[in-house]
Amino acid sequence: MSSFVSFTIFGLVSGAAYAIAASGLVLTYTTTRVFNIAHGAFGMVMAFVYWDFVTRQGFPTWVSLALVLLVVAPATGWLVARFVTKGLGEGPVSVALVVTVGLFVGLIGLAQQLWPPAARYVAPFWPEKSFQIGETFITGHQVITILCSVVVAVLLYLLLNRTRIGTAMRASVDNPELLKLFGGRPERVASLSWAIGISLAALAGVLLVSVVGLDYYALTLLVINAYAAAMLGRLKSLPLTFAGAMALGLLTSYASAYLPTEGLLNSVRNVVPALFLFAVIVLMPQAQLRIGQVKGIVSAPLPSLTKCLGWAGALLAFVALLAGWRSEADLLLVGTAATYAIVMLSLVLLTGYGGHVSLAQLTFAGVGALAYAKLEQPNLYGLLLSALIAAGVGALVALPVLRLTGLYLALSTLAFASIMDKMIFQADFAFGFNGTLPAGRLGILGLSIESTGAYVFTMAVFLVLVAFGLLLLRRGVIGRMLIAMRDSPAACGTLGLDIRWFRVGLFGMSAGIAGLAGALFAGLRGTIGSADFQSFNSLPLLLLAVVFGVTSVTGAVLGGTGLMLLPVLSSGDPQLGGLLFAIIGFGAVFAGRDPNGLANLLFRLGRMGESRLGSQIRAKLPVLPGRGEPDPDQGPVDDGSVEVALLDNGSAVGPVDGPVEPVREVGAHVATRG
Amino acid sequence: MSVPILEVVDLHAAYGRIEVLRGVDLAVPKGAVMALLGPNGAGKSTLVKVISGQKKATDGDIHLGGVNVRNAAPEELARIGLCTVPEGRSVFPNLTVQENLTLMSYAGVPAEAVLETAFTYFPRLLERRSQLAGTMSGGEQQMLAMSRALASDPALLLLDELSMGLAPLIVDELYDTVAQIASSGVSILCIEQFARTALRVSDYAAVMSGGRVVASGEPDEIMETMSDVILGGAA
Amino acid sequence: MSLLEVDDVVVQFGGVTAVNHASFTAEAGRITGLIGPNGAGKTTCFNVISGLQKPTEGKVRFDGKTVNSTPVHRRSKRGMARTFQRLEAFGSLTVRDNVRVALDIHRGLAGLVKPGRADIDALLERVGIAGYAQERADSIPTGTARLLELARCLAGDPKLLLLDEPSSGLDETETDSFGDLLKDLAAEGRGVLMVEHDMDLVMAVCDVIHVLDFGQVIASGLPTAIRSDPLVQKAYLGYSDVEESEMSDETRHDLPAVDVTTEIPVVAGAVGTREAGR
Repeated sequence: MSSFVSFTIFGLVSGAAYAIAASGLVLTYTTTRVFNIAHGAFGMVMAFVYWDFVTRQGFPTWVSLALVLLVVAPATGWLVARFVTKGLGEGPVSVALVVTVGLFVGLIGLAQQLWPPAARYVAPFWPEKSFQIGETFITGHQVITILCSVVVAVLLYLLLNRTRIGTAMRASVDNPELLKLFGGRPERVASLSWAIGISLAALAGVLLVSVVGLDYYALTLLVINAYAAAMLGRLKSLPLTFAGAMALGLLTSYASAYLPTEGLLNSVRNVVPALFLFAVIVLMPQAQLRIGQVKGIVSAPLPSLTKCLGWAGALLAFVALLAGWRSEADLLLVGTAATYAIVMLSLVLLTGYGGHVSLAQLTFAGVGALAYAKLEQPNLYGLLLSALIAAGVGALVALPVLRLTGLYLALSTLAFASIMDKMIFQADFAFGFNGTLPAGRLGILGLSIESTGAYVFTMAVFLVLVAFGLLLLRRGVIGRMLIAMRDSPAACGTLGLDIRWFRVGLFGMSAGIAGLAGALFAGLRGTIGSADFQSFNSLPLLLLAVVFGVTSVTGAVLGGTGLMLLPVLSSGDPQLGGLLFAIIGFGAVFAGRDPNGLANLLFRLGRMGESRLGSQIRAKLPVLPGRGEPDPDQGPVDDGSVEVALLDNGSAVGPVDGPVEPVREVGAHVATRG
Repeated sequence: MSVPILEVVDLHAAYGRIEVLRGVDLAVPKGAVMALLGPNGAGKSTLVKVISGQKKATDGDIHLGGVNVRNAAPEELARIGLCTVPEGRSVFPNLTVQENLTLMSYAGVPAEAVLETAFTYFPRLLERRSQLAGTMSGGEQQMLAMSRALASDPALLLLDELSMGLAPLIVDELYDTVAQIASSGVSILCIEQFARTALRVSDYAAVMSGGRVVASGEPDEIMETMSDVILGGAA
Repeated sequence: MSLLEVDDVVVQFGGVTAVNHASFTAEAGRITGLIGPNGAGKTTCFNVISGLQKPTEGKVRFDGKTVNSTPVHRRSKRGMARTFQRLEAFGSLTVRDNVRVALDIHRGLAGLVKPGRADIDALLERVGIAGYAQERADSIPTGTARLLELARCLAGDPKLLLLDEPSSGLDETETDSFGDLLKDLAAEGRGVLMVEHDMDLVMAVCDVIHVLDFGQVIASGLPTAIRSDPLVQKAYLGYSDVEESEMSDETRHDLPAVDVTTEIPVVAGAVGTREAGR
């Protein structure tokens, strides 16, 4: 009995901390329509700042606390609202998601950079005090945590219901345009709510840090609990959010107390918040099709078949050259890059063409790898089946949320990734706890590909095939439907398209491509484990895909190479790892608004080069000589036209930048089609 | 003649490549009520959006009390005395009546004064002060919206389709309020499809069509012009 | 049995009743007009019929079956098609590709093998916008885009066409040929339900007209009957003195440059008598 009471108290204490974090999340989301994936990361950074003030600077506890909660955190929130998330709420959900994922990764990088890994300790508040309730004790820190949540609830209530600016916050949830006509300033409202939101994240972080420990990831990922609680309040009701947080706190506490310590159920305790999140999302009511949504997508011309073939040939030749020339270790890296590139191609389909965000793409690759290793069929059949299994799993993830909008789909992928990470991949029937599985190299039609060079070349062939497949798809019926669906879902619906199943199909296909990449990767490495597919790594993958251009094949190839280089660069200097994360993260924050990414920049450079230099060159050379084999190392300015061909390959669907910009491009577009 | 309170000069605005306002010229004299009439798609609502700062003009100028305010932010315009009551529901449905009124004090009048004015004019709002605005009837919601015009003593009141979706009796009641506001010397530009009602309270009228003002004058002249356009003519 | 039956439908948004116990029908092979002043609830009725809006109360029956719980796309598969008052053309596709997508959706898997180029051209030809085939849909005039939406609907060979202000943006000659097209479509046995402000067009082509006012059907009947119905006069004028509303041909010329005459639903504020009329 006494243990039940103490578990209840423990649950309520965690619930109180989740409630504080979740209410900040709800506040920022409702007022600005930007769901802050990085909410937990802000809490983590603020906990580090607090540690820094207390331990490194030697400030008294209360001074540090006041500085963090009343100065650093609000200022950060204000800056973020002012310069990062401004205007994101009106755009497509996918952009807002990518930007906040960028913050997420960037903040982790920043923390690693500023506070390199070391043993750090933060003492609980009021450590010497404890109270007795019946037979159980409650510590001073726990009392403070619960009191804090009560104070936060009361203050938020007073702010929102008793002050004009608080009323304006609620009004801007209803109708920010009208608030402007009233003379209110929605931007100020947004800044204030972000200031308060980040401050609440900081408070939750500081309260939890003595329990969880000062860790980059543990604190950051606690945010899933906050998502889950906030989701129960449908991201708008604060009372329901508090209730959700308490329920989740108790559930987690009881799960760790009463679940058996053996078998699969044991691992359930680690994923209670993710399961809770998943369950709440599934139970949400259906979203209605809206009329008059975002429109005006920039379409760039698709490449001609010959151009595609030329560049595919160049890529394969390049890989073949590397295969015969570089060391085994280097070849493994090339193979890894190809893997990532294929996974990014799956994002080109899902995010670039379809406009949906998945935060679990690497997990789907893991499913493919696991299936490939378990099937023990190192041939095309096994490979295909692995991809199909991954596709099926992807469809299963999308299925329960197919009624809902993009944000919930993305969050359920996050929950899915967390469940796979902590429960399925670690289970005995899968990789086992910290375990690995052997995987054979692929044989095609009885011809075994044993040498690493040949295998990497085979992977490049698959990369090219998938890319071709995607481009064909984009040109065909499905590609047009994808664009039509982004332009007007309502019209697609009334014309008879079952949007929900179309979405599930899209998601499944994307997961299937990722699964194919995973299976190929398993064959490359020979042994494969859950550590190769950690859910967190899906986030930098998404970011690099967006930074390099998630709408193009070129972007995926460049992004894959970039992601492969990340650990290589940071292995030389571990310090660099954090810095790279910070650069990628914050880079994505600014590049995220243009999903065409760097690839599109190259495309423009190439076009500029062609228009400036191409005509001059042509004028000087009356007889145009046959072009040599295109060389990837060649700069775009040297041979503009070829560079254009490469980038043509991909920049298929542009961003939703607005309908004004593309006007000039329309002519070219039509002309090339005609 | 004194400076008109609102002067719109050769105003252009477009949605994407489709131009909706194609050179609108319009002047509202100080203290006057002007009715702006015209068919669907004539650009009336777009004009309201541009004047109130919700939409950017592509060309032309807007002068408010002699000051050029083209492309000023809507909240700034609201604070210098432009009161816009937009088309449709112009209250916050999930806020109580009292909270709606509190927000009206952003236009520069203390909250207590806003409440007092509103409750004096519309005692019904006092009865419902703690009710959510969205749960009131359409007419009551418009009363609430009109309270802002009453309480904030604006330099110019911009009314867009006040009557939309309301019972005629209530529309009449609302226009009595408009007349009352007008008699206190407030200048009003009122966009309306209920031509007759709007013309009843107005000093001047203008007709918009195809993104331009095609006719303007005294209400009687305009009414004559307008009355031939009902039910395809041969009634 | 009617092709479409809207039975006692109520739609409420917050405290506002947009549609208030409306009941009307549309027949196969007939053009049915749905008219009424702005904000009368016409577009909301369309949203309810096509499934984009759930009614608070009431039923929609189509082709003999209640479709209240039928999702949007399945209503389309059963033969319903609609256009939108606020355009919903696929802006980043060409006009031709807009229709091609519609055909692809209609044909499902069969569309993957059939090229259907001739069908697209025939549809564009039929609504009279073949000249725009290669233009991006967000760069064509409003009237043309409305015709494009109609062509897209026809790709699904629908039994019932729901047209929301289809003629706005068309000039006089275009409106005339559009009227002929509507009659052709009805002659093929399709039902047409049309929200329209152009009274000349409505009076010329509609077989039957329903007048919606404040979410209620206040009159239904033949165009001639509607035209002389005192209730309708009240709804549009606010007063029952018909004389005041009669045409005077000279005044029409007072409006230079643009002919506004046929599109203005002038509705004057009404007095209490109309309440008694209900």
